[in-house]
Amino acid sequence: MTDKFVSIEGIAKRYPGAGGATTTIFENLWLSMARGEFCCVIGHSGCGKTTVLNILAGLDAPSEGAVIVDGQAISGTSLDRAVIFQSHALLPWRTVLGNVAYAVSSKWRSWDRAKVKAHAQTFIDLVGLTGSEYKRPSELSGGMKQRVGIARALSITPKMMLMDEPFSALDALTRGTLQDEVRRICLETGQTAFMITHDVDEAIYLADKIFLMTNGPGAVLAEVVENPLPRDRARTDLHRHPLYYALRNHIIDFLVARSKTFVAETPDHDPRNVPLVHIGKPGLTIASGSEEQRQTWTPGTNPGLSA
Amino acid sequence: MNSSLRLRAGLVSIALLAAFLGIWHLATRSTAPVTTMSPEYAKLMGLTATQGKSAMPGPLDVGAKLWDHLKRPFYDNGPNDKGLGIQLAYSIARVGTGYLLAVLVAIPLGFLIGMSPLLSKALDPFIQVLKPISPLAWMPLALYTIKDSSVSAIFVIFICSIWPMLLNTVFGVASVRKEWINVARTLEVGTIRRAFTVILPAAAPTILTGMRISIGIAWLVIVAAEMLVGGTGIGYFVWNEWNNLSITNVIIAILLIGIVGMLLDQILARFTRMVTFPE
Repeated sequence: MTDKFVSIEGIAKRYPGAGGATTTIFENLWLSMARGEFCCVIGHSGCGKTTVLNILAGLDAPSEGAVIVDGQAISGTSLDRAVIFQSHALLPWRTVLGNVAYAVSSKWRSWDRAKVKAHAQTFIDLVGLTGSEYKRPSELSGGMKQRVGIARALSITPKMMLMDEPFSALDALTRGTLQDEVRRICLETGQTAFMITHDVDEAIYLADKIFLMTNGPGAVLAEVVENPLPRDRARTDLHRHPLYYALRNHIIDFLVARSKTFVAETPDHDPRNVPLVHIGKPGLTIASGSEEQRQTWTPGTNPGLSA
Repeated sequence: MNSSLRLRAGLVSIALLAAFLGIWHLATRSTAPVTTMSPEYAKLMGLTATQGKSAMPGPLDVGAKLWDHLKRPFYDNGPNDKGLGIQLAYSIARVGTGYLLAVLVAIPLGFLIGMSPLLSKALDPFIQVLKPISPLAWMPLALYTIKDSSVSAIFVIFICSIWPMLLNTVFGVASVRKEWINVARTLEVGTIRRAFTVILPAAAPTILTGMRISIGIAWLVIVAAEMLVGGTGIGYFVWNEWNNLSITNVIIAILLIGIVGMLLDQILARFTRMVTFPE
């Protein structure tokens, strides 16, 4: 990788367990992202995805290792890295405008009220909430609340966005619309984004790179899958792309079967050089890794196709 | 539906009040036959002996006396004869002073304890021991150290109203949702600003609930405290009228204590509603 905007270097997270033992959620995790890249992490619950995101955000500290963002090791939270929370985390006693303005005035402390308001308004307009500025979060639908969360995260013009399953609590229609919005905004602003998701289609639609994590405890980053779909993909014809199902099946196979057995079956897995998988013609697809692994996701032999 | 329910409830309330007053009236009217005795002796014995009048005043006696008090609430005929308005004002002033002092101590202290697990653990045994002490048990100590009965009463109010506020503030501050704290952390909001912009509004409903419990307890305790310290106040009035054997005035005082207590509670309830946010 030439441009490492974000570099996670050998981080581990351990918790003290019962009887003096320690539980290792993950260890020796290496991961990097280029500037302007949209990356999704997929893995089962308990594999430490949220912990990775919290460490990236600075809300949590790794037990070992370091995280470097834009050439600097991070220590604690920063206005450079905005977080969109799964539960939207709006302050219920503030209005929509108040919630966004809180973030704006936290970043630019010297701005006067009018300037803060105008800046916040721009981002409320951007997420399509014009007219709801003076509503309180309790008066908004789930999708609108998450829009406020997105506006709040964007309003501080961060260097990167961290999203922890931001759409998992929303209904399918709203989720689709918001995915479109996030994709549009990230492309327009060249935002670097790191998103945790359970939704394979969401990852395929949004991500440039998909990180696959094995089951915890002792989770490892198994593969980095490069999304073969063009950057200007559209939701409507996504599934018509020739490589869509190959990609989808590869991810689903991983989640269904290989996420459990990966560690046992791949003793020579090097966490520093995680295989970069290109979905394409069989035989040309995996940059590194064993022959048997390639077979598991080949479209012809795939159980995921019929699903 | 709602308004008709309220109307029906109001009617039932009025009916219950009328029934209560009626029974009270019947129970206290003169029943025994008039005994004949020499007029001088009758004068000494009073109406209870001569006409079989109940020693308990009826609602009409209380009503008439109450009307007298309401006409002249602020008269002052010396230490043992002051208008009810003056007595209530003394009590409210004592409660107000002690209570405000308690607010000034309990809320900042509660914030510190709630935000610091160390302080919380370190101070917990003291709070657990001090909390169940009856506020009146402090009275001799207060009188001895402060040497002023009026200030001692204020101290007793202070010590009784501090605990609910302190414990509710600690609980409210400690249980602010992690995600709201995380929002402030990701926005690099400093500790002081975080305390005022996130923790205070989030904990405000719980704090106000504690304040509401406290004002109720303070109003309960002031009556007992004033009975002990004497001089002025509604509690002193009750005890003084008992010594005068004026049951009518005691009943009037009881009624007024209830009404003022209700008003104080309603004021705090209104403040609580103002800071409560829907989620």
